[in-house]
Amino acid sequence: MRRPPRVVTEMSQAYSFSRRAWMLGAVQGGVGLMLAGRMAWLSIAQNERYTMLSESNRVNMTLLPPRRGWIVDRHGVPIANNRTDFRVDIIPDRLRDKERVLPLLGRILQLPPEEIERIAIDLDHAAGFQPVQVAENLDWERFAAVSVRLPELPGVAPTRGFARNYPAGAAVAHLTGYVGVPNAEQYKKTRDPLLVTPGFKLGKDGLEKMLEPALRGEAGAKRVEVTARGKLVAELATKPDVPGKTARLTIDAGLQEYAARRLGTNSGSVVVIDCRTGEMLAMVSMPAYDPNSFSDGISHLEWQMLSDDDHVPLMNKVTQGLYPPGSTVKPMNGLALLHAGVPADARVNCSGAMRLGTSVFHCHKRGGHGPLDLKNAIMQSCDIYFYEMARRVGYAAIAPIARTLGMGQKFDLPFSTQRFGTMPDPDWKLHKYKRPWTVADSLNASIGQGYVLANPLQLAVMAARIASGRDLQPSILASQVHRDAPALAIDSENLARVREAMFGVINQGGTGGAAKLLIPGVAIAGKTGTAQVRRITMAERRSGVLKNGQLPFKLRDHALFIGFAPADNPRYALAVVLEHNGHTVRNLDTPMIGRDIMTYMLDRERALKSLAEVEPTWGGDIRTRMAATAASYRAAQSAPPAAIATKTDATVPSDAPAVENATDVANRTQADLATAGGGVAEDGTTERGQ
Amino acid sequence: MTSRIIPEQLATLPWRTLLLVTAIGTFGLVVLYSAAGGSLRPWTLPQGIRFFILLAGSVVLSRIPERVWKAAAWPTYGALVLALVLVELLGAVRGGSQRWLDLGFIRLQPSELMKPAIVLACARFYDMLPPNETRRFAAVWPAAVLIGIPAAIVMKQPDLGTALMICAGGATVMFLAGIPLRLFVGGAVAASVAIPLAINFALHDYQRNRILIFLDPESDPLGTGYHISQSKIAIGSGGLWGKGFLNGTQSHLDYLPEGHTDFVFATMAEEWGLVGGCLLILAFLLVIRWGIEVGQRAQSRFARLAAAGLATTIFFYVAINLMMVMGLAPVVGIPLPLFSYGGSSQMTVLLCLGILMSIDRENRKTTRW
Repeated sequence: MRRPPRVVTEMSQAYSFSRRAWMLGAVQGGVGLMLAGRMAWLSIAQNERYTMLSESNRVNMTLLPPRRGWIVDRHGVPIANNRTDFRVDIIPDRLRDKERVLPLLGRILQLPPEEIERIAIDLDHAAGFQPVQVAENLDWERFAAVSVRLPELPGVAPTRGFARNYPAGAAVAHLTGYVGVPNAEQYKKTRDPLLVTPGFKLGKDGLEKMLEPALRGEAGAKRVEVTARGKLVAELATKPDVPGKTARLTIDAGLQEYAARRLGTNSGSVVVIDCRTGEMLAMVSMPAYDPNSFSDGISHLEWQMLSDDDHVPLMNKVTQGLYPPGSTVKPMNGLALLHAGVPADARVNCSGAMRLGTSVFHCHKRGGHGPLDLKNAIMQSCDIYFYEMARRVGYAAIAPIARTLGMGQKFDLPFSTQRFGTMPDPDWKLHKYKRPWTVADSLNASIGQGYVLANPLQLAVMAARIASGRDLQPSILASQVHRDAPALAIDSENLARVREAMFGVINQGGTGGAAKLLIPGVAIAGKTGTAQVRRITMAERRSGVLKNGQLPFKLRDHALFIGFAPADNPRYALAVVLEHNGHTVRNLDTPMIGRDIMTYMLDRERALKSLAEVEPTWGGDIRTRMAATAASYRAAQSAPPAAIATKTDATVPSDAPAVENATDVANRTQADLATAGGGVAEDGTTERGQ
Repeated sequence: MTSRIIPEQLATLPWRTLLLVTAIGTFGLVVLYSAAGGSLRPWTLPQGIRFFILLAGSVVLSRIPERVWKAAAWPTYGALVLALVLVELLGAVRGGSQRWLDLGFIRLQPSELMKPAIVLACARFYDMLPPNETRRFAAVWPAAVLIGIPAAIVMKQPDLGTALMICAGGATVMFLAGIPLRLFVGGAVAASVAIPLAINFALHDYQRNRILIFLDPESDPLGTGYHISQSKIAIGSGGLWGKGFLNGTQSHLDYLPEGHTDFVFATMAEEWGLVGGCLLILAFLLVIRWGIEVGQRAQSRFARLAAAGLATTIFFYVAINLMMVMGLAPVVGIPLPLFSYGGSSQMTVLLCLGILMSIDRENRKTTRW
């Protein structure tokens, strides 16, 4: 089996060596060729690819966040613009030796210890690629100090950019919303590197969010040659950014700010509409947050403060707030009654109460108004008249007119959250509650209570449509004004009668006398309203209804006002809704606020002068009051360290739990009142008894 | 045959090879000058001084007769194994691994010297082995032990690259000595089975990583794969003619790690392109071919095996290093001889060259007689 062993001699060994050495040499030559071939493959065949990679190594592209488009008012006055901003961020991924870098950075920037602590906490929560803000609005000296010491500060990114600026602050918060750093989910969805560029912010709420695509613009890029360690070698050509487009609103910035200030300490909202075009001239919800500080990133403590406030500063009351419109629906009722064939001079005798089955429905005036016709019923805001008339025609005859005037209607506006309330009718109730409509439901609805819910915008639209007789559609973007609205399908003679009654409310001894304009020759027409948010028991009624001042804030009545001016040739219509105002302070009640806001449009000097007189009585302008509130809240709370951390979650004011709660509570109260039967009484205004 | 014109000492020197070696070394100095950003310091100057001293040293070594090398083969091997053990012990005492002995004036890296020493030892072994034993088992196991001991110690240091080179150097001599080919074929088969196992069980984590990353460098572009990726970028972006002297961005902006030591070829290729790379490869091949020819001309079995073995050792340096920088082999830490900054490999290669020249000189003497 075994091969005979080969005899190996020195000669054969030498021969074998020589053969094998030759083989070895051949293999070596082959390997040499292979290496040359591999090198040729890399440097010739794949040269393009590797040249590109080498370039992308060498050249560091820094995205320059685009300058955000301005938001301007109808006259071009900036509502949101940009200011130059020197800022410093930390990119957590690139941060090395945090214990050394943070204190050093703190020394260079002269940051207080709380800030260092805040940054440390933010860094712990950060998602690696997302920049953590160290400081904004730095002066040039401190910014330069960081820039020159950059090699000692790995992960620290100083940027000279633009920060969003809202000159009017809180007055426009719910109009514009605010901007903020994108959250981790947004980045994961698009992987757009711009989203994690320090200093880049996108719209988080309000118009800033809805108009984001137009406002954003296109990022520029700064190209620099850098070493592997990030040291800058040379600056190469820079591609400039393309700024975002300017968004022009129909808002009048001056009016907006004036209205916000005029609301004073109220928790309320104002909408002013141009009666010729439907353009919204003001859309105010107060109190509000400061969008400037929101855009910088607010702390958990500030968020908590805003959430705890019973005036719900996080809520845009114009689109999210739903209120029983109270007596402000009476002009609309009047139109419906006339439309249903009720003669304008038909009278109802008001004795102060009306019995329906086992329940008694009261008028706000205990002794009753005596006999009155439609005009007087509107002027005196008599409940019994409308109870009786609603009982006669049925609510199914009223609801369509209400809808024609904008109640329950959702408008095509760039706001993500619009609650559009309820304009009930028998079908609606049967569908929703599986119960038939009752006469008591009609009675409650006829005084704007019960199931009826509206937002302030709808009330303003209602006022504008009554004033103009046209089917106006509100608009807020100057590019989307719905001009040439058709006439409403309502007899213009009826409209004139109702306008006449609304003129009477204010100028002929009606309930809204306080709203009378002080400008000679110009009159305002309007209607006041009060919406009760609690049931008044029989026991309480016997012992005397509690005054609003005696009640806790949340149980006080809402105060409402709609109006238009000039009464004879309507130009502006408005709605003012004050939550739980309770008509306690005359200066801060709806008629005077409505009057002053109208005055601003017609005689600016006079309006500003009167505001200057009254503003100090409630603690100064918005900024002063907000600062005071914040200081006292902070003093009351001994803030735990976590509270100073920047709030990074995705909740924005429109979706804030505090807003949800406020609305839910209001809705529940309303539903309770509506289903309780027995009726709620209308309370008139502070004008009562004058 | 070269001419026999006097002076004999100079005439017998292999001038063409010395010129090639000097050219390679000088080119290396030029590349180091660029790698330092156009400066003689910190690399070109010390490397240059060392190169010319060591080159002169190798010429001096060439005067040593072959029999001295033959006589020194065993003692050198023994001393180096002892030194390796010593290094290992020192490392154990101090904690952490160590590869060199500090002799005060020089840091001696025994594993580096073991590369030529193993060739000499194996050559000496087969020289002693009677020719008719060559195809027996007795011709295989002692050599395997000779190779295995230092390779195992070096592997433990851990220095995978050097251990591989020791094995490769020894195996080359075994092959040249006439060990049956089927053993090598069998060995190759065994290795192809053993390597995956070794990767999984015998290697350190960092070594295993290097190999896994070599197989897929993009899987970890900023970690261990960074070396390979950046090196390929440097070579690939060089193109045919290169970016020009002092114009390499990969090396100058520090993207290429170890651009002056293990990855110096990439530094060169970026600036001198495919042309520079091919010329360098050609120069190395010519030096190696000369070494093999020296072996083929040699009369004694020891000289034949030693010369071809040492030439192949130089070849392994070049081949492993180039395969590594071009992404054909894992990063194992083998420098490019005469080119990479660092004294150890310079010394080893010039030592090989000295011995080769000494054998070459012996050849000419023999032919003259």
